Amino acid sequence: MRDLSDRRSAIEATLATALSPTHIEVLDESHLHAGHAGAAAGGGHFRLLLVSKRFEGQNPMARQRLVYGALGDWMGSEIHALSMRTLTPEEWAEQTRTAP
Amino acid sequence: MSEDVQSRIDALVNQHTVLVFMKGDRDFPQCGFSAQVVRILDSMLPEYMTVDVLQDQTIRDGIKEYSSWPTIPQLYLDGEFQGGCDIITEMYQSGELQQKLSSKD
Repeated sequence: MRDLSDRRSAIEATLATALSPTHIEVLDESHLHAGHAGAAAGGGHFRLLLVSKRFEGQNPMARQRLVYGALGDWMGSEIHALSMRTLTPEEWAEQTRTAP
Repeated sequence: MSEDVQSRIDALVNQHTVLVFMKGDRDFPQCGFSAQVVRILDSMLPEYMTVDVLQDQTIRDGIKEYSSWPTIPQLYLDGEFQGGCDIITEMYQSGELQQKLSSKD
């Protein structure tokens, strides 16, 4: 198994290449799940924020499918769980503007 | 073998108006994401069907193939795949889920 920080940056690099994001944040939350069955098998828990023009005109399911597709076999092996927010640049601008 | 599982899943999905494939059950979800979907549905529905994928490895693998979606939980309404935890949460927050469920009465 790769070490955790390495795994986080590998995910970020893979998604950066596949989806040309204007903004990307990958958080490793594996430590929050230590001891739970999925964690014991070695897969990490990650939280993702990805902003990309590729999501324009796509519904949430299609967007997540793009992310899953880019990660391929990592789902279920290196990645046990992935929570994601997938936004277009316009949606992201909107959110950062209205956020307190 | 795999075809057999796919037809079992297909039958389940088409027999139940609201169906969740999850880890654990409504009373004892075994994963935070499954727990969240249950919490959302519990707030709106007295009854719905769940399938515990931890009880059946063939279903656990088969459902991912069925929907081409690599994670659990998965919510189905009227036989149609709606998404996983993030999407259901979004649909709930926007009111879309309430709308879809109330149109069933």
